[in-house]
Amino acid sequence: MSTKAHSLFDPAIVMPALADSFKKLNPVVMIKNPVMFVTMVGAIVTTAEIFISKEPKAFTIQISIWLWFTVLFANFAEAMAEGRGKAQANALRQSRSKTVARRLGSNGSLHEVEAETLRQGDVIVVDAGEIIASDGDVIEGAATVDESAITGESAPVIREAGGDRSSVTGGTRVLSDQIKVRISADPGHSFLDRMIGLVEGAKRQKTPNEIALTILLAALTVIFLIVCVTLLPYGIYSQVAFSITVLVALLVCLIPTTIGGLLSAIGIAGIDRLVQKNVLAMSGRAVEAAGDVDVLLLDKTGTITLGNRQAVEFFPAPGVPMKDLLDAAQLSSLADETPEGRSIVVLAKDKGVRVQQLHDLPEATFIAFTAQTRMSGVDLGSVQYRKGAAQSVKAYVGGTFPKEVDFRIDEISKAGGTPLVVAARDGAHQDSAPTVYGVIYLKDIVKGGLADRFERFRAMGIRTVMITGDNQLTAAAIAKEAGVDDFLAEAKPEDKLALIRKEQQGGRLVAMTGDGTNDAPALAQADVGVAMNTGTQAAKEAGNMVDLDSNPTKLIEIVEIGKQLLMTRGALTTFSIANDVAKYFAIIPAMLMVTFPAVAPLNVMHLVSPNSAILSAVIFNALVIIFLIPLALRGVQFRPMPAMALLQRNLLIYGVGGVIAPFFGIKIIDLVITSLHFI
Amino acid sequence: MNAALGWIQLALFLGLVLLITKPLGLYLVQVLDSRGRTWLDPLLGPIERLTYRLCGVDPHREQSWKGYTVSMLIFSLFTMLVTYTLLRLQGMLPLNPQGFSSVADHLAFNTAASFTTNTNWQSYSGESTMSYLSQMVALASQNFFSAAVGIAIAAALVRGIARHSAQTIGNFWTDLVRTIYYLLLPICVVFAVFLISQGMIQNFKGYDAAALTEKETVQVPKTDASGAQVKDAKGNTVMVSQVVDTQTIPEGPMASQVAIKMLGTNGGGFTNANAAHPFENPTPFSNLIQLLSIFAIPSALTYYLGRMVKSSGHGWSVWAAMAILFVGAFLVCWHYEAAGNPILTQLGVDPADGNMEGKEVRFGVFNSALFATVTTDASCGAVNSMHDSFTPLGGLIPLFNIELGEVVFGGVGAGLYGMLVFVIVAVFIAGLMVGRTPEYLGKKIQSFEVKMSMLVLLVLAMDILGFTAWASVSDWGKAGLNNNGPHGFSEMLYAYSSVTGNNGSAFAGLTASTYWYDTTLAIGMLIGRFLMIIPIMAIAGSLAAKKLVPAGPGSFPVSGGTFTFLLIGTVLLVGALNFLPALTLGPVVEHFLMWSGKLF
Repeated sequence: MSTKAHSLFDPAIVMPALADSFKKLNPVVMIKNPVMFVTMVGAIVTTAEIFISKEPKAFTIQISIWLWFTVLFANFAEAMAEGRGKAQANALRQSRSKTVARRLGSNGSLHEVEAETLRQGDVIVVDAGEIIASDGDVIEGAATVDESAITGESAPVIREAGGDRSSVTGGTRVLSDQIKVRISADPGHSFLDRMIGLVEGAKRQKTPNEIALTILLAALTVIFLIVCVTLLPYGIYSQVAFSITVLVALLVCLIPTTIGGLLSAIGIAGIDRLVQKNVLAMSGRAVEAAGDVDVLLLDKTGTITLGNRQAVEFFPAPGVPMKDLLDAAQLSSLADETPEGRSIVVLAKDKGVRVQQLHDLPEATFIAFTAQTRMSGVDLGSVQYRKGAAQSVKAYVGGTFPKEVDFRIDEISKAGGTPLVVAARDGAHQDSAPTVYGVIYLKDIVKGGLADRFERFRAMGIRTVMITGDNQLTAAAIAKEAGVDDFLAEAKPEDKLALIRKEQQGGRLVAMTGDGTNDAPALAQADVGVAMNTGTQAAKEAGNMVDLDSNPTKLIEIVEIGKQLLMTRGALTTFSIANDVAKYFAIIPAMLMVTFPAVAPLNVMHLVSPNSAILSAVIFNALVIIFLIPLALRGVQFRPMPAMALLQRNLLIYGVGGVIAPFFGIKIIDLVITSLHFI
Repeated sequence: MNAALGWIQLALFLGLVLLITKPLGLYLVQVLDSRGRTWLDPLLGPIERLTYRLCGVDPHREQSWKGYTVSMLIFSLFTMLVTYTLLRLQGMLPLNPQGFSSVADHLAFNTAASFTTNTNWQSYSGESTMSYLSQMVALASQNFFSAAVGIAIAAALVRGIARHSAQTIGNFWTDLVRTIYYLLLPICVVFAVFLISQGMIQNFKGYDAAALTEKETVQVPKTDASGAQVKDAKGNTVMVSQVVDTQTIPEGPMASQVAIKMLGTNGGGFTNANAAHPFENPTPFSNLIQLLSIFAIPSALTYYLGRMVKSSGHGWSVWAAMAILFVGAFLVCWHYEAAGNPILTQLGVDPADGNMEGKEVRFGVFNSALFATVTTDASCGAVNSMHDSFTPLGGLIPLFNIELGEVVFGGVGAGLYGMLVFVIVAVFIAGLMVGRTPEYLGKKIQSFEVKMSMLVLLVLAMDILGFTAWASVSDWGKAGLNNNGPHGFSEMLYAYSSVTGNNGSAFAGLTASTYWYDTTLAIGMLIGRFLMIIPIMAIAGSLAAKKLVPAGPGSFPVSGGTFTFLLIGTVLLVGALNFLPALTLGPVVEHFLMWSGKLF
């Protein structure tokens, strides 16, 4: 994403949010949030009471104002969350500035058309310097593409027909060459459109947990409505005149306005946090599912290990000086541009060999790696240097290796590495014995810090399973080093799908990453399927999230964000309900004090007067929403730990803290408003 | 009463409850399994099988939650109609040595509803209204039935929690029959014999008359030949002196009915004085065992829960939450009853005895406070003292206990299923805080369960607060009050709390045997029973059908101290807080006024 996280109270977001707070007072919008709708009705009633009731006007006016503030603060929280999303969406929109596409007609002719008119199945031609009009698959040609508008990554990527790198995204720019693209999305449904819709929160649907929570909050609201309405007849019986304003104040303080006001902001902010990590969730439901994940299926390559193997050691054959092996290894890898090949040259250099340059060896003929020979190397004069897989080199040198070399090859394989053998043969003297120089140890490099991370996941009850095409031996060694709980070796795409189904039948939720078309069924089956942006269109369609950075390790962060989202909701709900204790202690004595002065000891906070007590509770109730907006937008602090530890920690902070904090808050507000003679 | 002795008694009582929880819980596991085995099988097995054959029930064919609920409703409606009919025809039926007439329609409706819902609210005095046939057939059998229904519902809910990917939650008829045959009847037989050994009566004699050694003269209104009161010229009732020299002593088959009244947490007294009557509670020992029998099944059901869901830690955590709420409430009640009434102290009453108004001298403050707490924690409603005469805050405790939803051990079955509603709410709210979709023992708690749980809490609040509000501003409501001011308010609040919670005890100052009170209270009972059971059964069905998520370190912990703390917090914050304003207008205001010298 080209936009970075905005500072919390960025004026560019705050100002429109302020205006939106008022626009959202529309009852049709408000009714979707039962708690805040009741609050707004309360605000309207108290406003009417200003003119009807015989109470001191200053009191009724202030209560009414603060009730309106309560509603506006909640609207503001939601508008802030949406605003932050919109800021990101706007940045995206700029990349979608009027694009013209050249559509290939059925007769082969090209027509210039507006990007918006492109339909699924249309084929367009894009040249260097042009912007790709919509999402699609490259069906002909290859090109470098600048995807920074979407991913924020400035290095161009290669997109080519066929294979796993065929998908292109609307709004990205072709830097070189020409490609033909078959459009895969109708207008309004492209990747960019969905992304904008999501971050703006416009099409946000409530997630299952959010629905359940809304039901809980609505039910609590109805219960408190009964509590407050029945106080009227009780008051008549007890000959205590409860004013409507006071009853409304009590009602609004009791109903869970804190969580009710912040609930949608929490949800929007959760998706927003994902977008900041360059992950695009297709639905809020997927984000929530991420928090519930029990099993992470992680591809070995790219996720657990760095994409490529690296040379870590040379083992000369018996009787061969180390220097000769290093020379031969270096020579055979000079023209090898693969990361493995480069790593051999680098390691040889580290070991003290003078690195030769290609132009130093004009007579050299470089032999590229082919799938048939499974070797690469160089011919220097008549001497043919080769390096390659043990089996191939063995055949090349006539079928046998010295015993020590065989032994070394075995050792390396068992340790999870890949042995490469370096050998040479004199092409001019076919009968001369070939030389086996030795073995290069290529190793999968496990990414740093992973073992630690997996350990923390284990503590949270999440199992990690490594998926690899390697054989059992290699897989076991890497799995051990990386610290994953389990591995699936020699895995074919079908195996992956079968594994997911098996876990799901056991009641577990599974998350995985994938990029290839053959990953698509598994991505679709997984509860959280994160497709890599570099992957095929099929993979992206099948998954329910796309990682724009194409970094599979990010699955871990996605899970954390999902958990954080749920935790934030739970924490604020607990806090909101726990707050009621102090509010009762502020308002109930105040309501009875005039008729029954004997109840004074119930005023445990020693609030100055009945009216100041009620007003303080209402003000606290409104201000706490504002104070908690940052928490709602950022999410509560997340640390991976077992459920028990998390529960204890959060119960202490938001439960016990929620009972205690408002006693102080209300007391302080009471001191302030009475010393300022507001009441 | 010496405070130290009180603590020892409390420890003894709680220790006994703890002691029977596991063995009785293990027995319940067998009783509530259609293929379970008990040592009573040789004796009762044939009778059980015969019952099924006569009723055409296949004991092993399980029902869906809807089928189970409908069976329960049909059974309850049927037994309620039978009870109503028996009471209405009482005058024509045998075993009526005192020749009581048939019961009036509104009272018969109220009583039938009351005993069907396990409330046992009594708008009548047993010894002056009910024939022995009514006591034994209409009321005592209903005590068995309503208790068995409660236990069956709890068992069905526990099965719903324990099972996964299942469509059925047991067979109502099997649960009903097995609970009555294997659990309630055998214990009651032994219990009744024990009570007789303590001096409780069990006979079919007519009432005795005893000559008073000390004659008493009382003033009664003068009546003319037609029975109407004679008024003087100013319209005042003319009073005449009457010498009382004999006392009528009620007789009857008492022990057999008292046994199930306590064990089934029914609470409907044979006599009006209930467990304060010397026949109904003859000795301190009978008092202790009666208390124990109230908590016995509810406490054992927590162990049953733990056993069935394969987490005995969870069962004990729920037990601990109940025990803590029990002890806490009792200590408050005991404290205020022991502190006595300051106004009486000023009048020269020795404060050391505490508040003895309305208490049986044999039991004193401690055992009255303990009985009041236990009977309202559970939905029993039997009393051995007059809750109306407690100090305001002492009397707040029974009221508060009922308004918690009677989940502190609670009624047989009803206590557990009520508490499990709070468990679900607690798991949902706090479950989110561990960063997962809330899970209760591997079942996801989703919007349906939340909806049904909150419906239960909503019904509780609406039934209590709504009816009280109606009564408090209506003429019929205020006409029944014996006291004015906050105490009168407490009487109404207590009545509707008691019927909603299916408790049945009363702040007896209320004259409830009027058309309006009888009817509204009966409706309150039916709502409080069945409108809560239906959503709870829906939860059972929904949980049973869910897939099981295997437990791991990320699962929400429902065992241990943290969960107990969480559950107590939820019961208090989500349940009790709703009644705080009403409680403040009643007992709390009265308390402060009493200490400033005003009584009601």
